[in-house]
Amino acid sequence: MNPARLLRAMGPSLGLFVTWLLFAVLAGGKFTSWSNTELMLLQTAVVGTAAVGATWIIVSGGIDLSVGSNIALCTMAGAGVLQAGGGLWLALVATIATGTLVGWLIGALVVGALPRVLVTLGCGGGVFLVAHGLGAWAWPLGVLAGAVAWLSSRRLSWKLPLSPFIVTLGLWGTLRGLAKGLGDNQPIYFERNDTLAGLMVTGGVLPAGVWILLAVAAIAAVLLRRSVFGRRVVAIGSSRQTARLCGVDVPRTEMGVYLLGCTCAGIAAVLQLSYLSMGDSTTAQGYELKTIAAAVIGGASLAGGEGSIGGTLLGALIMTVVDNGCTKLGLDNWVQEVVTGGIIVGAVALDRLRLARR
Amino acid sequence: MTAAPLLSVSGLCKRFGPTLALAGVDLQVRAGEVHALVGENGAGKSTLLKVLAGVHTADDGEVLLDGLPFAPADPAAARDAGLAIIHQELALAPHLTVAENLFLGREPRRGPFVDRRRLRELATAALAQVGRGQLDPDTAVGALPPADRQLVEIARALSGDVRLLILDEPTSSLARADVEPLLQRLRELAARGVAVVYVSHVFEELFAVADRFTVLRDGATVTSGAIADTDHDRLVAAMVGRSVTDLYPRSRATPGAVVLELEDVAGVRLPRRATLQLRAGEVLGIAGLIGAGRTELLRAVFGLDPVVAGRVRVAAFEGAAPPAARWRQGVGMLSEDRKAEGLMLARSSAENVWLPVLAQKARGGFVAPRRLEQDAMPWLQRLAVRCAGGSQAVGELSGGNQQKVALARLLATGCEVLLLDEPTRGVDVGAKAEIYAAIDELAHRHGTAVLVVSSYLPELLGIADRIAVVCRGEVLPARPVGECDEHALLAAMTTGALTGEGA
Repeated sequence: MNPARLLRAMGPSLGLFVTWLLFAVLAGGKFTSWSNTELMLLQTAVVGTAAVGATWIIVSGGIDLSVGSNIALCTMAGAGVLQAGGGLWLALVATIATGTLVGWLIGALVVGALPRVLVTLGCGGGVFLVAHGLGAWAWPLGVLAGAVAWLSSRRLSWKLPLSPFIVTLGLWGTLRGLAKGLGDNQPIYFERNDTLAGLMVTGGVLPAGVWILLAVAAIAAVLLRRSVFGRRVVAIGSSRQTARLCGVDVPRTEMGVYLLGCTCAGIAAVLQLSYLSMGDSTTAQGYELKTIAAAVIGGASLAGGEGSIGGTLLGALIMTVVDNGCTKLGLDNWVQEVVTGGIIVGAVALDRLRLARR
Repeated sequence: MTAAPLLSVSGLCKRFGPTLALAGVDLQVRAGEVHALVGENGAGKSTLLKVLAGVHTADDGEVLLDGLPFAPADPAAARDAGLAIIHQELALAPHLTVAENLFLGREPRRGPFVDRRRLRELATAALAQVGRGQLDPDTAVGALPPADRQLVEIARALSGDVRLLILDEPTSSLARADVEPLLQRLRELAARGVAVVYVSHVFEELFAVADRFTVLRDGATVTSGAIADTDHDRLVAAMVGRSVTDLYPRSRATPGAVVLELEDVAGVRLPRRATLQLRAGEVLGIAGLIGAGRTELLRAVFGLDPVVAGRVRVAAFEGAAPPAARWRQGVGMLSEDRKAEGLMLARSSAENVWLPVLAQKARGGFVAPRRLEQDAMPWLQRLAVRCAGGSQAVGELSGGNQQKVALARLLATGCEVLLLDEPTRGVDVGAKAEIYAAIDELAHRHGTAVLVVSSYLPELLGIADRIAVVCRGEVLPARPVGECDEHALLAAMTTGALTGEGA
């Protein structure tokens, strides 16, 4: 690796170190203590996990503005299952699967399968309504019917690709609305589950939630850097036309990106559910911008083709350090927001400066 | 020598990092003349124009305009000094009207508002200057045919106080019928005392319109003089720097079985009817005007555009197929648009080379970047790609080396049928020679089937074994290269009819 590239790769780590050092000097022991460090890692877990997914999407040249709404919807789904007495494992599956389903919806709309989406939603929704009397069984039956409709409508060749910005801007509102509707405008409460709540409690070497973040990030990073699928995603983000010329199935790969990215949002929702101990349709507001900011601070380019999972984690940590450090200094919330905004613009400006120097 | 030159450039040098783009350019342009500036791609013409336009600043040398030192800090300064440049790529806003485009940035005003009536009057006057006074100034530019857009651009350049007009390949997007009126306008402008610098690869245009010429090669002026004192062959020899026969190596062709067969193939719009046979071990050239359907033909064969009618056969594989299947069948395509489609500029040569066969290069779904780089090196070396290794971003390489990386992809993936669309566009002479040599070796030594589309007829005549002309979406029967010459091909390209004994 040549020095310029090394510097570029080191940028986010240096940024994190400098920010951390700044608050360490200003706030002292109450900031640098292990318990606070553990807390900061925990505070990063939800946004970090979602940002790992966002990085995939951004590297492919897409964007997801609906991730906050998606997380809220996922917590409502999981809380609903717990409230109905469905048990922890079913709740986890429901939470993550809701994220994956949203990923399917975004991906399908982006690659232009709007007619198939309509058929699928029609069939799935119809079966759900008919099976409503069966109680909880109506959900899996609806999903199953939708899946069958999706797979059997493959022949519908009429395509209408939409930009991911528009699709997810629309879903940003739609998913939040669905989340509210799911709880009849109320949060969904459930009986306390110690295993679930334990994910986001400090203790042990590291909180379980942090391990989950690290595991998701590690898998995502290896896939992105080394797998054939990951390299094709980078290729699409770098130049869709070249990817197409070289025989990459662009729609299929994009579909995979959104499935994977939104599944990460579902996993983030599990952590959020654990943290809140209830389903909250108003939670995770503004996370869409936080995840994008984390990726961009970490060196991702919104034009696609560039970005790394490690960089995104560092970007997410930088934002947590600022939040936490400002709190420790007794600064108002507005100061954090001003500083965070400055860091986003500053990080990208520094990156551009480095590139221009070459 | 009558008058002192309006523009006098001497010893101009410009360096980009390690490459010397201009290494001593001399150019004298007099008021009232049309001056042809010729040179191969990469000879330094665009860099010279950019220095004159104020986009780049020269490192060394002198530019005098009307005897005074001229070093515009930016394009606006160059414009103010009376210099107008019309670039190959049009710089018009398609959503604005003709009138708005003509006076963008200097709209006639009434208070804070645009004086629309005056704008229209001015626009009509400006259009009349280029002989298109009947054009409705309220039409959106995007709705105009390419020839009219080009004229709008010229009218815009002329609507200021222009003393020096520079046109960079202005006819590349024009139909043949629109070229002559444009040349006529240029002669009129020159007669009014404007100095016109005309850059073009089409020699017929140069001989028709220019008074004098200057030839650039490798960033330096090679020769200049009156156009009446030179001829086609001498110009080419000066541009290329060697006799043309050396540029095109040609081994003996031994054509084998038919590996690509098209029968009445039609795309959505183009091609309309394509029938041809490509044999292993031969180079089949495709000639045609821009917009005749050459590129569309290749794209349809490769599955990038749909085939709506006709029969396509690749070796034993019948029917249309998407790009992924074509790569598996041993077909590879080189795109004419290297920067947008041909290559991922921000990624490494290795990634660019192996993208079509990533799955085959993987073990258990995973690839090792280091190994990809090592495996790419022999192919890059074989085409003499000058790069810092397989991990260097392709965008950092020169145009010729970029094109060689794109070609290396076809070699490395083991293609047996190559579809090459303008393989030497934007490539310097040295790289051209290497690409020609590679094509010759592949086809005539290794038995690869090569289909080459090119706008540059001498190139097709130099490398192809047979040449087929495409005219208005139809492919005319291919002829052995020995029976082709530039004039007959040109006639066939424009009229769609083959002439001569071979027809």
